[in-house]
Amino acid sequence: MSIKLRIEQRVEDVPKWLPIATSVGSVVVAFILGGIIFKIVGGKPLQALSFFYQAVFGSWAVFSDTMVKATPLILIGIACALAFKMRLWNIGAEGQFYAGAFGASMVVLVPLIPEDSPKVIVIGMMLLMGMLFGGIWGFIPGYLRAKYKVNEIITTLMLNYIIINWNNFWIFDQWSDRGFQMTATFDRVAWLPRLADYAKEIPAFSGVTLHLGVVFGLVAAVIVWWIFRFSRWGYEIKLIGDNPTAARYAGINISRNIILVMAFSGALAGLAGMAEISGVVHRLQESISPGYGFTGIIVAWLAKLNPFAIIPVSVLFAGLIVAGRELQPAGLSFLLQGIILFMLISSDVLLRYKIRLVRTGEESA
Amino acid sequence: MNLEIILHSGIATGSVLLFAAIGEIFTERSGILNLGVEGMMLLGAMAGFGTSLATNSPWLGVVVAIMAGGILSLAHGLVSIHFQADQVVSGLSLTFLGTGLALVLGEGLTGQTPPLLLDYNIPLLELIPFVGPALFQDHGLLVYAGYLITPLSWLYIHKTRPGLHLRAVGEKPAAADTLGVSVYGLRYLYTFVGGCLAGLAGAMISLSISPGWYSSQTTSGQGWIAIALVIFAQWNPFRAALGGYLFGMLRRLILDLQGPRMLFGIVNPLYVNSNYSFFLIMTPYVLTIIALIFGSRAIARKRAGSPSALGIPYIRGERG
Repeated sequence: MSIKLRIEQRVEDVPKWLPIATSVGSVVVAFILGGIIFKIVGGKPLQALSFFYQAVFGSWAVFSDTMVKATPLILIGIACALAFKMRLWNIGAEGQFYAGAFGASMVVLVPLIPEDSPKVIVIGMMLLMGMLFGGIWGFIPGYLRAKYKVNEIITTLMLNYIIINWNNFWIFDQWSDRGFQMTATFDRVAWLPRLADYAKEIPAFSGVTLHLGVVFGLVAAVIVWWIFRFSRWGYEIKLIGDNPTAARYAGINISRNIILVMAFSGALAGLAGMAEISGVVHRLQESISPGYGFTGIIVAWLAKLNPFAIIPVSVLFAGLIVAGRELQPAGLSFLLQGIILFMLISSDVLLRYKIRLVRTGEESA
Repeated sequence: MNLEIILHSGIATGSVLLFAAIGEIFTERSGILNLGVEGMMLLGAMAGFGTSLATNSPWLGVVVAIMAGGILSLAHGLVSIHFQADQVVSGLSLTFLGTGLALVLGEGLTGQTPPLLLDYNIPLLELIPFVGPALFQDHGLLVYAGYLITPLSWLYIHKTRPGLHLRAVGEKPAAADTLGVSVYGLRYLYTFVGGCLAGLAGAMISLSISPGWYSSQTTSGQGWIAIALVIFAQWNPFRAALGGYLFGMLRRLILDLQGPRMLFGIVNPLYVNSNYSFFLIMTPYVLTIIALIFGSRAIARKRAGSPSALGIPYIRGERG
């Protein structure tokens, strides 16, 4: 009599704790595997882990830095979750982020509005232009997918390369600040308010770089959660994602929804780009993103497309980005992200199947 | 600008896309969508470069690159075949994983100069006017292998029994299973084949076409262009070859356009202001989108091309 692993299809409902457990488990296993690889290439994994903790949560100042990095991830994670819910593979959030940064910069650099406009108008205009340009960059693949059935994975990815070169042209040429590969610093009127700006009234805020963008992220989470939970549109999105045939029979206009969702998803990623240049960089320059657009994909997936879960997951990944700046070799955070995503989708098998230990003698009986 | 040089260099750079695309054609024909080509290529480029540096043997580098791409692809195979996970997400994570592995293991390779693959001439054929110097002179052996792999893979897919089985598991896995063809086995096999060819394509870049290790810039999105090419080619190796070579020529043309001061009788704007070259760098990506639009319309019109079971996990005992 021997003991055998048997895999059976789940018939009953998945227990509530299991999806959370698989997410957490994936991260833990990924860290262990990443640590082993790190060890092999000659690093000190445990030291790196304590360094990671210090660099991310060590003090209020570094935690604020982590939150600043989490801001674009929250917005992009939500943008991705929105599209993924409909099984639309928007992997062009990186490009939509750059497009949003470009649109917002236009407000200041063209300039689109009189230079002595009040702060509310400038920021409001940058917000609109950021969302508009990000939205256009999402609309294009959405339109091509809806009208010509063009695979949106590849178009969104190609559009990433296109917008980065487009931005570079403006940074290197038209908007170059005295030949440097960046634009001039924006006037303070175009800066998103930061907690540090209120240090005079509340001394504890001194040096805290957290900016208004994080509020955009929280508001977006509430809005998208509301859309999924209560609106007819959210219901349509979920139905198309789960069962496109049923959605078609139900008379839902799928083409229109593809275009809308892609444009809205792009607008959210564009907003992230606007928040980043208005809240952090304060000018347009090269490489304003350490791959936020791609990390956002994993964030969305790890949070099981739940807008609120995206917030803590973003903080974790922001920590990876912050720590990854210092950690050598540089690809380590990419590697960790890859392993996490792999572990996560592999562990999904546990949601569909049960693994049981059975005695083979029992089976024949 | 010299047409012969553009053709010569286009054939060479296009071969990279050719190998990656034909590999993906095999994988997709078996019903598995592997979007991780970029990651497998980058890992192959790193593995080939690093091995050649360590052993002084570029050919050993090629072999290791092939194995690296193949082994990495098996991770995608396991997750999408046995675990029946979403193949899009699995492919994306393979891209992350391959890129991360390549960057971590390739740390310190930048600026190194390992022995590279040599170029050869093909006797007799090189004497053909125009075509000879462009197609049969000063190319690596792998470029010549590309001339052979195109018709051979077409014949394999369409005219042989194993090719029939390959198409069967990609079109009607349940029927193939009934006839005793191992659906899982063949899907693993062709996922592996696709990974091997992607790894080979990567090694071609780093050891021959544009030698060197420039971290993620080494492949610069060519893996994704290869996937687009598969759709454009409608899963046909000949069309993939044509598309790959055209793309290669385009890349060369872009480089050449920046050189001359006068172009078609007017002052070349690219010569006056090199910043306009950003628009040239965009063109391959723009053209990929345009090619995809035409490819997708053709597929929609003919209602054929895409393997019916592409991206759908096969579960024994389920209808469909």
